This record gives sequence, C-alpha cells and structure tokens, in this order.
Amino acid sequence: MNPAVSVILLTVLSGMGQGVFVMVLLGHLRGATPHFLILGTIASLLLCGLGLLASFFHLGRPERAWRAVAQWRTSWLSREVIALPLFMALMLLYGTLGLFGGRGATLVGALALFACVALWICTAMIYTCIRFIQEWASPYTMANFVLGSLASGAMVALVLAAFSDWTMIHPLAISSLLFTTVAGVVRGLSLRRNARLVPRSTLQSAIGFNNPAITQRSMGATGGTFNTREFFHGRTVAFLRSIKWLFVLMGFVLPVLLVILALASGASGMIFLALPLQVIGLLLERWFFFAQARHAQNLYYQVIS
Amino acid sequence: MTQLALVIDLNVCVGCHACVTSCKQWNTSGSAGPLLDDNPYEKDPTGAFFNRVQTFEVGVYPDTQTVHFPKSCLHCEDPPCVPVCPTGASYKRKEDGIVLVDYDKCIGCKYCAWACPYGAREIDEGRKVMTKCTLCVDRIYDETKPAAERKPACVMACPTNARLFGDIHDPESEVSHAIRERDGYALMPEWGTRPANHYLPRKKTEWQATAESALSTYGVGA
Repeated sequence: MNPAVSVILLTVLSGMGQGVFVMVLLGHLRGATPHFLILGTIASLLLCGLGLLASFFHLGRPERAWRAVAQWRTSWLSREVIALPLFMALMLLYGTLGLFGGRGATLVGALALFACVALWICTAMIYTCIRFIQEWASPYTMANFVLGSLASGAMVALVLAAFSDWTMIHPLAISSLLFTTVAGVVRGLSLRRNARLVPRSTLQSAIGFNNPAITQRSMGATGGTFNTREFFHGRTVAFLRSIKWLFVLMGFVLPVLLVILALASGASGMIFLALPLQVIGLLLERWFFFAQARHAQNLYYQVIS
Repeated sequence: MTQLALVIDLNVCVGCHACVTSCKQWNTSGSAGPLLDDNPYEKDPTGAFFNRVQTFEVGVYPDTQTVHFPKSCLHCEDPPCVPVCPTGASYKRKEDGIVLVDYDKCIGCKYCAWACPYGAREIDEGRKVMTKCTLCVDRIYDETKPAAERKPACVMACPTNARLFGDIHDPESEVSHAIRERDGYALMPEWGTRPANHYLPRKKTEWQATAESALSTYGVGA
C-alpha cells in the first residue's frame, strides 16, 4: 500500500490521545492532582482532535463526512467515525466535571474508558477485517495499535506530570517503560510473522492459469493509474528496511533506554528527549505498517511491483 | 434471483481494447458526469477506467501463449467492498446483482478499493468519488434501444464476441451454458467472494494442416 499521511496521523495521534486518557484515569485512581488530570484530558482531547482533523484530508469529499455514520451495522470505519467523537465528548464532559468539581466524574471517566476501548477495536478492525491483506489480517494489528497507543500515551503523560504532579512521575515512568517494552516485543513478533507470510493469492489464481511461468507484458495503461498509485509505495526494499530499523530504534529501544536513564540518574530531562523520539518512531512504524502490506490487486501489476 | 454478469472467452480475446474505449465512451457520456481524463495528450496520461485489458505471456518458449486479459468489476455475489463502505454509497442491487456506487453519497475514502482484492475500483480524481463498472446499468434497461442493443457497451464493441452477457442464475442462459460446458472459472476463488463474472479458459485445438484441409478451406476439392 501507499501510506497516506492523513491516515498515519489519524491513527498515531488519536491512539496517543487514547493512551494519555488511560493514564489520566490511572492518575484519577491514584489521587493525582486536578492539575494533572485536567492537563492530561486537554492533551488527549487535542491529540484526538488533531487526528480527527487529519482524517478529513483523506476524504475526496470531506463535506459529506457526516454520511459516514450510516453503516455502523457492517462497517468498522463507520463505527470508528462514531466512536472517536463519542470518546472525545465523554472526555470533554469528564474534564468539565473535574474542572468544576461536579459529581459523577468517576462514572463519566469509566464511560469514556469504555468508548476508548471501543475506538481501539474499531480502528484496528478496519485493517484486520481485510482478509486478503494478510499482513493486517491478524490479532497483531490490534495488539500493535493498543500497545503503541498506551506506550506513547504514557510518555506524553509522563512529560505532563513533570509540569503538574511530581508524585505521578514515578508510576508513569514505570508505565511508559512497561508499555513501550511490551509494544516493542509484540511489534517484533509481528514483524517476524509478516516476514514468514506466504501469500494465498498468486498470479496463477489471479488470472486463472496454472502454468508456473507467467510474465506480464502490459498492464493496460500507458501512464499510471489509481491502482498503481494507491497500492504501491514505489520505494526500494533497502528503504523499507531502513525505515524498519529506524522505527524499532526510535519508537521502542531509545525511549526505553532514555526512561531507564532518567529513572536511574534522576536526569529527568531525558524524558523530554524520549517523547519526540518516540512520536517520530511511531509515525515511522505506522508508515511501515501500510507500506509493508501487499495488496492482492498488486498481482495484476507485475511490471511495477 | 437474477445475477447479471460478463463471461469472457480468453480463447478469442485479441487484446484490441475496443471494450476499454467503448466502456470509457459510454460511461463518460452519461448523466453521472464525465470520467476523468488527465493529461490525455501529454507525457503521463491517466484517468478513470472501468475496464482494462492486460496482457500476459504464459509458459516458457517455445511453448508460450499470449493471453489478453480484460478485467473489470466482477460483481461478486459476496462483495467485500460493500459492507466496508461507511456511508452505504457502495451497494449490491437485489434485483439483478449489480454492484454500484451512489456517487452522491460517496465520500471518497477509498476503503472499498482497499477491500477489493481485484483492484476493480478506481477513484475518479476529478469528481473525487469512487467509480467502477456498472454493467452499463443505464443502457441494459433502456427501452428506447432495440432489444439487441440492451447490452453493456463493452459487449457490443467486442469484434470477436469474446464477451458474453447475461444472468448466471438462469441455468438456461447463454452465460450459464458457457460456464457449464466450457469450464468457466472465477478469479482468486481462495477469498470466497464468489465473483459473478467468469472467464472461459484457453482450449488447445488439436489440428494439423493437411493438403486436403488447406484446399477445403479455399473451397477446392471435397
């Protein structure tokens, strides 16, 4: 697939927002300062809002976006379009109640967590349910989305805690360490799975000839087509490999090392370095997630694949 | 229940692209508005087409054959592109099984194109909506046309009659006979999409030219 910047931003930013909100609820349970809770809720709202904004740039006809709520019975994309604003609305209510000391903040927080989990499921299922993109059709997709979200959310919350609640720094550093490590290990496992994938469709099944020797002589168009632009990233294998190592390093390994360093030496400045590194790393990770996916239709475009 | 479909005979397709151009002509002239043609006379021409003909070489020299392979939406009986559409713009008609896009509802999110393993859908980058083969739904029911012309434009245009059109659920239709008697097959059966369109495989003709056969061809002898 040809990775779309809008979709990368949507999934990474809203995922990060979801992670931050889970950490806010963690703070809520641990009796964190209202300052931290409000700051975290605002950050989460901002991240989800930016993600939502980015998603509009993926649409050919953004003015019709409201129609996307119609098919929630069958479409995970439609369900995501409902879950994201619902999650944001509940967070807004949670933040408002927290700010003005209203009652029921805990209940609204629990409801928002419910919407957050629903959003994770919807976002991951959009990709998992396309069964012939075998790189995506696996429980690893859900695991990667949720763990990446928790890891980056914990990192954002850790930075916020440095400004708002020092008692939260230690538990958030531990959370960040834990989630980033698990996310990295699971991503490694999914990379291993994808490297061993055997495509179910072949050029033989695509055109219905059993001969092992089939060569494409013409793809039916002189210039490029939607099919060659949408489903091919046009990068070399070496480029893909360097992005892979870069995201493993920036998204998982270096942030873990920096947080450990911050915990061990008390050099809290390290977390301000870890956050941007991890964000860039996770953006590259999502780019790779799309680029690595080989669409079955690419079989009909042997000349450029 | 009716399921309209195309059956494409790979024995006789000569790869002339008449189906491609007639499809484009018909579908760019309809009430849905023109299909994009970008840079048609410049360096990198591109545009939306509902039908394309590709060419493959099958086998190893000297035992090779050139296969011209027309490909358009297969109007799957279980179309994966329909349930994923968030707006309901993508739908399958109950009355005749044609998979269509409602251009007024489409938001151009391209998710249906991702969900089609055949690459049969193309976004119209001018109108910013998803487009695809309609089986010339605005032609096949047009009662102002003579009955013989109520067929998709590509079927009308094919000079070798490689494209058959009809109801594959009617066991007595021309297309059902062709699929049954000439081993018609579907593309990528492994995904269970049950494409309505079928292809008729190449059959080897065992025939040796002899002096008599050559003469009889020209009406001499016999």
